[in-house]
Amino acid sequence: MVEILKELEERFQVSDLVQQKDHLAFVSVDKNKAIPMITWLKDQAGYTSLTLITAVDWLEDGKFQLTYMINNPKNKTQIAARVMIDRENATMESAHHLWESVRIYQRELKEMFGIDFPGSPGVDESFILEGWVDIPPYRRDFDTKKYSEETYFPRPGRQSNDPAEYMKSKMYPNE
Amino acid sequence: MDLTKMFQFNADRSSYPELDANGKPIIDLSSHKYLKLWQGPQHPGVTGNMSLELTVNGDEIVESITHVGYLHRGFEKLMERRKFIQCFPTCIRMCVAEPDPNEYILSACIEELGGIEVPETAQWLRTLALEMARLQVLLRGVPGQAGTFSLGLGYQWGNYIRDLILDRFEELTGGRVYHMYILPGGVRGLLPDGFKKRMEENLKLVDEFLVNINDLMYNNIVFKQRAVGLAVIPVEWIDKYGVYGPSARAAGIMRDVRKTHPYLKYGELDFEPFTTTASDVYARSLVRWHDLKMTVDLIRQIMAKMPDKGDIKAPTPNVMHWRIPKGETYVKCESSRGEYGMYMVTDGSDMPRRVNLKGPSYTQATALLERLLINANIADTAAIMVSLATCPPEIER
Repeated sequence: MVEILKELEERFQVSDLVQQKDHLAFVSVDKNKAIPMITWLKDQAGYTSLTLITAVDWLEDGKFQLTYMINNPKNKTQIAARVMIDRENATMESAHHLWESVRIYQRELKEMFGIDFPGSPGVDESFILEGWVDIPPYRRDFDTKKYSEETYFPRPGRQSNDPAEYMKSKMYPNE
Repeated sequence: MDLTKMFQFNADRSSYPELDANGKPIIDLSSHKYLKLWQGPQHPGVTGNMSLELTVNGDEIVESITHVGYLHRGFEKLMERRKFIQCFPTCIRMCVAEPDPNEYILSACIEELGGIEVPETAQWLRTLALEMARLQVLLRGVPGQAGTFSLGLGYQWGNYIRDLILDRFEELTGGRVYHMYILPGGVRGLLPDGFKKRMEENLKLVDEFLVNINDLMYNNIVFKQRAVGLAVIPVEWIDKYGVYGPSARAAGIMRDVRKTHPYLKYGELDFEPFTTTASDVYARSLVRWHDLKMTVDLIRQIMAKMPDKGDIKAPTPNVMHWRIPKGETYVKCESSRGEYGMYMVTDGSDMPRRVNLKGPSYTQATALLERLLINANIADTAAIMVSLATCPPEIER
């Protein structure tokens, strides 16, 4: 694990190395070096399996953190690459050519965070939401409570009763 | 891998659509050769609320598109607005059939980032709870495969025994479906008196069930004729499409987190996950049958080795004011469907900054299933989907 991290430092100038566990390390990498690095890890270093791609919204810094986690089934190690991208007009190079499943992750990230991956198949099609017009819902500035209060309102004709009183009035009205 | 079997159904390809460079069929609906058919979201042949948009030619599928979003409840987003302990009722619902791995990975993430060591006895009890969860889900999952070929009898047998396992869960945790037994720091309780004896009685029934289901399914000519050679996953697809756990082991690739990255007490248990190479629906079902057998053995081993008494919970800060330092981690475990992991980012506050759950269905039911269904028969759709043990809540979280 140490050798591969050293090599990544030399080849792709990764920073903020954190070895979280024996088999898991986090590294930060520049936006335009991320996909070349992942391609190199996949094709040359045996990191053939993709674990996940996800995003973290650092609203206060105006950044999105994209996390690409890849896995080497032979030596059982895992590397997670953090890529910081601007929150404004968030765009990232697509990695759909590397694994078949990447287009699904990217489609979800487009819908949930509004991060665009130009050229990724079906990236503009809705994945989970249908007819969504608000800001992407997994962004930190999307307020779920406010949204539900505005969108869903108490419907007329609904009232609640005290169960004991209600049963009595229905079953023994004269007592 | 012999791919010709996948195309055996109709060797004459002349009336079928041509494939483009990406392997996707070029379909012209106005030619009247093709028909759109929806399987799901309400259909007995889908494993939950998701739907498949099938394009068929005769009764052969030429294209399939997975549609999810019928039960999206934004769990990951909701967890960002809850204190760590409040995340549990939300998190366990991310896979209804097998909620315990959710509890475990969430607890393990919190413990790792919060610097908590779990006591020995609690680790044994956690291992037991995770194996019991696997047992109850496989008791329905194994015969469920035959159910997709209209052989429902085994499912009834399995469901009966599963109910007895839920009784054990009820006495151990108080809950039948959702348990919340595993919490940060340890577990909620020791084994009740006589638990091991009652569990052993149930396991004897599972032993019998394993023999009976073997006769009913794996030596059944109808099951064999339909399942052998169906939906073969070539070895090259394992990483390309993201195939995990039993589905990968059916293709001869050893993928089992319990073996590759032993967690809890799995390193002290003696087991060898079953692998085979046929990689069809029959092989995947057989792997699950062996998994069930192994789980019974593991529960017996755990009950024999675990201490009867001991500390079950490490002290944690007040859970309503617990601030976890900034950090990030990924914790994985082996669910009955394959690698099940959680990525958690904390920012020093009392709520998680981001939680991302990764279950095997995310890739298996989308990219892989769409590919596997090409050239399959409509009647085999359910069988292929069940053979991948699809769990839709994992996809949309």
